[in-house]
Amino acid sequence: MKYYDKLIFELSKEGRQGFSLPQNSWNHHLEELPDMLKREKKAALPEVSELDVVRHYTNLSNMNFGVDTGFYPLGSCTMKYNPKINEEIAALPGFRNLHPLQPASTVQGVLQLYDELDRALSAITGMSKFTLNPFAGAHGELTGLMIMRQYHMQRGDWKRTKVIVPDSAHGTNPASAAVCGLEVVEVKSTPQGTIDVDDLRPLLDDTIAGIMMTNPNTLGLFETRILEIAEMVHACGGLLYYDGANMNPLLGVVRPGDMGFDILHLNLHKTFSTPHGGGGPGAGPVGVAAHLAEYLPNPKVIRQADGTYTVTGNETAAGRISGFMGNFGVLMRAYAYILRLGRQNVRMAGPLATLNANYIKEELKDCYKLPIDTCCKHEFVFDGLADQSTGITTLDVAKRLLDYGFHAPTIYFPLLFHQAIMIEPTETESKETLDGFISIMRHIAQEAIEHPEELRTAPHLTPVRRLDETTAAKQPVLCYADLARS
Amino acid sequence: MSFAYFPHTDEDIRQMLDRIGVKTLDDLYADVPAEVRYTKEFELPDSMSEIELRQKFEELDRKNKQLTVFCGAGAYDHYAPAVIPALTARSEYLTAYTPYQAEISQGTLRYIFEYQSMITELTGMDCTNASMYDGPTAAAEAMLMAMAATKKKTRVLLADTLLPQVKEVVKTYAKYHGVEIGYIAHKDGNTDVEALKQELATGDVAGALIPSLNRFGIIEDLSGMADALHAVKALLMVYADPSALAVIKTPGAWNADIACGDAQTLGLPLQFGGPYVGYLACRKDLVRKLPGRIVGATHDVDGKRAFVLTLQAREQHIRREKANSNICSNQSLMALYITIYLSLMGPEGMRQVNELAYGGAHYLHDELIATGLFEDVFDRPFLKEFVVKSKIPADKLQQALLDGGFLAALETEEGYVSFCVTEKRTREEIDRMLSIIKRLKP
Repeated sequence: MKYYDKLIFELSKEGRQGFSLPQNSWNHHLEELPDMLKREKKAALPEVSELDVVRHYTNLSNMNFGVDTGFYPLGSCTMKYNPKINEEIAALPGFRNLHPLQPASTVQGVLQLYDELDRALSAITGMSKFTLNPFAGAHGELTGLMIMRQYHMQRGDWKRTKVIVPDSAHGTNPASAAVCGLEVVEVKSTPQGTIDVDDLRPLLDDTIAGIMMTNPNTLGLFETRILEIAEMVHACGGLLYYDGANMNPLLGVVRPGDMGFDILHLNLHKTFSTPHGGGGPGAGPVGVAAHLAEYLPNPKVIRQADGTYTVTGNETAAGRISGFMGNFGVLMRAYAYILRLGRQNVRMAGPLATLNANYIKEELKDCYKLPIDTCCKHEFVFDGLADQSTGITTLDVAKRLLDYGFHAPTIYFPLLFHQAIMIEPTETESKETLDGFISIMRHIAQEAIEHPEELRTAPHLTPVRRLDETTAAKQPVLCYADLARS
Repeated sequence: MSFAYFPHTDEDIRQMLDRIGVKTLDDLYADVPAEVRYTKEFELPDSMSEIELRQKFEELDRKNKQLTVFCGAGAYDHYAPAVIPALTARSEYLTAYTPYQAEISQGTLRYIFEYQSMITELTGMDCTNASMYDGPTAAAEAMLMAMAATKKKTRVLLADTLLPQVKEVVKTYAKYHGVEIGYIAHKDGNTDVEALKQELATGDVAGALIPSLNRFGIIEDLSGMADALHAVKALLMVYADPSALAVIKTPGAWNADIACGDAQTLGLPLQFGGPYVGYLACRKDLVRKLPGRIVGATHDVDGKRAFVLTLQAREQHIRREKANSNICSNQSLMALYITIYLSLMGPEGMRQVNELAYGGAHYLHDELIATGLFEDVFDRPFLKEFVVKSKIPADKLQQALLDGGFLAALETEEGYVSFCVTEKRTREEIDRMLSIIKRLKP
């Protein structure tokens, strides 16, 4: 990785151009528009050549780290390998040129893909029917909660305005609940890291719309009392929502539908191998049990008796949550991945992810503090270094890892521990890669004792070093015009 | 067992299980109740090789019909330079996560900063975030912002001239969030400022969302809207096509508080509706109500210029249920697409794109009227999309065009038919479509 300092605006020179458009032979021109509807000053966009653009964005990319660069043990993010064939398929020109409002008769191949992916995800999760429209995990959560509310409202059960969320949940859970107009009731974790069933019991009454659970939870621990929890929540008239952020270790082993969940979302950009793209686009399909299928948002793809497909909507649906039908390009990639896995290999994904996580945990638990020493699933959480006398923090360890060519784990989450280091290796990493990571983590633990200053000032070898985040927040410079002024 | 995405040999697995102290992979799930373990065969196809996978998708591809697109309605067939896929396919961008580790994410952070700069420039607003999912959800988030920014208000107004999917999505978010939605009628295809004022009289309105380029293709005159709203401490939110903003009056110039819309028009492929990218921009004093990620400039300990995610105290991972939005993943890679697009196009390319679309759309419009089979509905300036009344029943017209390989004449809620022309459409294509239309009888 190499530092490169330019912004595209700084390469601009008036009169240069990087585009190629046909000659204009039309008789009507923009100058016909009334002045009051026209833009007054031309937009200050860069004026650069095509090669300027190519070099600039190639140079910028050299300051980035991706899964293709190296090991990315980012907890809760499931940074598995993104297969190249998926990219080739998503780029097929035939699919790129399809307009979302084309009549169903002209997009039968697309609609067949929606239907087959729905069926495949249903088979994998034990749900009855999916919407593929949500754009991301948080969007899936919101959609799922809308379905939950719609179910209660359609039954005339207006009192149910609260949703139970564990204290270990991802931040999106309570935020999605609030956007959906639900009041969040927090349920505590036991010292063993799972939901405290005794704390849950008194919360369950006729104002509860449901519970949001991540299983395994954000500590990577399986909620072993799930069947009991499901029974309790259903008995009080609530529904169970499954946050699929941590579905990867269960892939091919456990189906959320069989655990009693009524609604779930999946993160196709986690469990189903689609690339994270620097923060998106993802996809967050939502699956439901049969009795909730009518509440899935519009529009929906239906397979008709004659084997053809159509796009429909219904009145009792939880409205519409997307302009069209989701991130189709992402859906194509995920379906390609599922077909590569097939029914044979799908069984191995979860167990190998779990194997990798437990292996790292066992190899490092003498150097790093393991607050809950038990078999984990796809990820686990250390609470900083075992020897905390050096004052070296989790942040220091994370930054030092960058010097050794690894991405840092997720840090300071979950909030249950002050020095959380959350490690998720995924199943696509080899034993050799894990051994390399383990040896560097052990080395860093040693450095914390012998050369703590090296860690406090890390990273040293990255294109930039630690940033002044305080100034960034206190005097925000959020665009080039701000920068030019400052 | 051997599969290209799993590197484990049987020996690896054995050694790792030994280290963990269990005998089988199954033992790693000993804590999972037996009754929820799935032991049956999955109802999935057999594993496909790459060869079979290609055949499968080629077969799906053959079941779709390629059409020449003469419609918009929220998804526009604009030209995408060859440079874009070549650069966005770089795995350093594609396979990176959200840039939380700034020291090894300066590529992503820089292009987001450039994206923010371009969006603020096009919209004439002060600041924007790192992207939203799509236009309609960006509009819904604008509504949430307006509710958060104006205390104790209960209602948000939507212009009738917004795209139907924008109204539907905002209405859905509003229903569950507990916001009442009102509608503003239009007069001759332009949102009626008098109708707006009437709605504002009740004093409970947090803001109004009005398009600058509406579902009839009309460039709206938003005169008086901001004043009327600001007089009752409500916000003007403008839904705008950022491609058009290179030539038409910006939300900033209309004195809007928030601008939002879909940036698919900036070189993103149609791809059956996604991935696209929404944008959301605002005045500086609303920045702390802005959802999602925001990148800011700073420097590192050596004084090198650098970029970082900033103002994170707004976001769900910090504020949890007190956050204004739940957004986490956005459409970052699509923001890179449009940043590269706008870098290549520059101000002159953006002008030419709009000139070509304007010229082509007006040619088609005049030729359609000249057939005597269509009548104008509104006498208002339009850019690239327009509606007309058709004497041929809309379904018959659309089917005849489909048979000829054209997607056009989509029907609006009022029964008008809409057409759209971008810089990709040629005179030859337009004339060929016209020749089909001329053969039709009312």
